[in-house]
Amino acid sequence: MAPEEICGILKSEFGEAVEDACLDCGRPYALVSADSWPKIARFLRDDARLGFNLLCCITSLDMLAENKLAAIYDVCRIPFEGKADLLEFVHEFAVRIEVDRDSPSIPSVAEIWPAADWHEREAFDMMGIVFDGHPDLRRILCPDDWVGYPLLKDYEFPVEYQGIPGTTEHELLSPRH
Amino acid sequence: MSWIENRFEEGVMVTSLDWAINWGRSSSVWPMTFGLACCAIEMMAVGASRFDFDRFGAGAFRAAPRQADLMIVAGTVTYKMASRLKRLYNQMAEPKYVMAMGACTVGGGPYFKHGYHVVKGVDLVVPVDVYVPGCPPRPEALIEGLIRLQDKIKHQTRAKKSMNTFREAAIA
Repeated sequence: MAPEEICGILKSEFGEAVEDACLDCGRPYALVSADSWPKIARFLRDDARLGFNLLCCITSLDMLAENKLAAIYDVCRIPFEGKADLLEFVHEFAVRIEVDRDSPSIPSVAEIWPAADWHEREAFDMMGIVFDGHPDLRRILCPDDWVGYPLLKDYEFPVEYQGIPGTTEHELLSPRH
Repeated sequence: MSWIENRFEEGVMVTSLDWAINWGRSSSVWPMTFGLACCAIEMMAVGASRFDFDRFGAGAFRAAPRQADLMIVAGTVTYKMASRLKRLYNQMAEPKYVMAMGACTVGGGPYFKHGYHVVKGVDLVVPVDVYVPGCPPRPEALIEGLIRLQDKIKHQTRAKKSMNTFREAAIA
């Protein structure tokens, strides 16, 4: 199914919740509001026409200039056994959610796609996006006592961690964006 | 320090004993498998038949710190790994040696500037005996590192070191 059709279905179903869409870009996506995201996610999975049964990945994005954080969910439909027409069946789409950078919070979809569990933990670990309703929102890569969210653009490198000094030229090398 | 170190009176010469013990220790340095990243591939190559670490008595890679003499830290040490590395080092029996293999363990390597998570040199965590630079070092370089370590072991002594002997050595 073409991205225009998918976006049309979403717009007719949810109206205002689909705030914007970019359909002619490399990776077509619809911008939706954070509040309506669980409803939309469930619809994306359960609707007979869409049937997105796989969450491929979650991309988190630091939009420092706009003071926003974004999460992009890439979903696709892969055939189960017995589906004859593969190319007709396979399709993909992306959903983008933008939240305020000071208190980033997005409803969790780990209940809908179990794959979201660890992806959301990683987005939390690296960017500090809080996924409400997540079953086990802990850091996944960094140690539990890590300070800050490393992939934020204004992140400052640790001067010292558990007695181990950080880089000796810390002042000189802290990244500027 | 092991059971035999610093047990002799001052001035006792233990050259033959030193020679025998050093020969034994340097000829059977059992490394611990401590592959953390891509350097581990080169370390495996060294252990395999083409380069054959066993020629130098160091082919018995142990998966337990209590059986190992040498920790070849092969790969990027993250802050998260550093605590585990320190614990494994503390579990090793004396005498123990550490070899820093590759740019990351020597001094942070390519992660020195932009790696928020990488320890800037494993010598900030445990004492290092031999540094083997390279990214990753070739197997020959690792063998060179082991030979340098064997040299170091062969120059150890069981004799009690006092300030006088150092002073006499300095005058001589």
